[in-house]
Amino acid sequence: MALLSKKDTNLILDPLADNNPITIQVLGICSALAITAELQASVVMAISVLFVLGVGNVVISLLRNIIPTKIRIIVQLIVVATLVIIVDQVLKAFAYELSKTLSVFVGLIITNCIIMGRFEAFALGNGPWKAFLDGIGNALGYGIILIVVGFFRELLGSGTLFGFKVIGDPVAKTGLYATGYENNGFMIIPPAALIVVGIIIWVQRSRNRALIEEN
Amino acid sequence: MAFNKENNSYTIVFAAIMVIIVGSVLAYLASALSGKIAENERFEKQQNILYAMGVNENGDGGSVNFVPTDRVEAEFSKYITEQLVINGDQITQNDEAYLIDLKKQIASIKKGETAELPIFIGEKEGNKYYIIPMYGKGLWDAIWGFIALNENMVVQGVYFDHKSETPGLGANIKQRYFLDDFIGESIVSNNQLKGIAVAKGNNDPENNIKDDNEVDALAGATITGNGVSAMIRESVNLYKDYLETIRVN
Repeated sequence: MALLSKKDTNLILDPLADNNPITIQVLGICSALAITAELQASVVMAISVLFVLGVGNVVISLLRNIIPTKIRIIVQLIVVATLVIIVDQVLKAFAYELSKTLSVFVGLIITNCIIMGRFEAFALGNGPWKAFLDGIGNALGYGIILIVVGFFRELLGSGTLFGFKVIGDPVAKTGLYATGYENNGFMIIPPAALIVVGIIIWVQRSRNRALIEEN
Repeated sequence: MAFNKENNSYTIVFAAIMVIIVGSVLAYLASALSGKIAENERFEKQQNILYAMGVNENGDGGSVNFVPTDRVEAEFSKYITEQLVINGDQITQNDEAYLIDLKKQIASIKKGETAELPIFIGEKEGNKYYIIPMYGKGLWDAIWGFIALNENMVVQGVYFDHKSETPGLGANIKQRYFLDDFIGESIVSNNQLKGIAVAKGNNDPENNIKDDNEVDALAGATITGNGVSAMIRESVNLYKDYLETIRVN
């Protein structure tokens, strides 16, 4: 890549795999469990976090030399809350339908530990461009896991993807359901997300054994 | 660094300036956008009321489609023939009844005060629709909606919405397949106005049985479903006296 130096590229690529915020750092688990019953909700949440983390990291990074150390957590919280409220209000005025869809995610975004985690761990110590790349990278790493979990939970739990019945109608018994297949109701409740995330962690660590911690 | 970031007075000054900046930005934004937001909310209420009485753009697909906002005011005044406010024994006409906040009215009933309960009468293709607003609580926060009845106390359509139910589970109360299940259900049980229960295990996933006062529940959304049942029951109860006067069956 000519646009980005090797180091900058790593800022984006690392969180996608070997330093993934969910599977390696175990951050953002709460929203990964709460909203992955449907693929669409996963995608919406991933995009929202991408925006908030990208912009928030830049703002915190620009302010990093003037933020008093004692109240830095409060300042971070105010920055992310302000950003989310501004976006929410503007959408309510100009894209009302979209804002209705997003309104349930607002609380989840503000309390997402990945956002506070990246502000604290990266944006406070690095320049705005790097912080931006780091934010984008981590949000993508988070989003990928969310989408993978949402894909399996919606497919196995409801037999749909993005709301479309991809394997037949469970009530009319068509498609795959004609063979006696049933949806697994367990997949749509939050504990199933924990199991899917667990399987992803397992797969990832058996492919790259360097990730396994010593006890 | 020019400043001493550990200094207490610096910390206080920083906090004060930050609060003033953030506060004024948010206050400016809120007042600049409030008109537009209020208009959107007004359109949404009209769309919801019309949706319940079957005035919508639903196609064969499985999605909920409202009358578009540029036409909603015209359609609202075309189809909604009367807007009434029930205050104890008094019933008055009020063309802005749809703007009454049911939450506040329910709160004043709980305090033992009088309340103004709005009800909308719609007419479409010679049929009359009595649309009552509903308000209740789901798992996380408020749920609300509208239910359209005919003189026989049979549901002609419903619309539900929620503030923050879980996406993919409780949030599905506003999905078409759930809303459509209510159409044709009677709210009368043993000759009394009861409502409709969202029931698990009613063994009727296609909802062919229309006289059981039950619709099939959403998997994984028990508490939201119970909230919907309670909301319908309580709203029917609020409007019971009025509904008995129009009931023919």
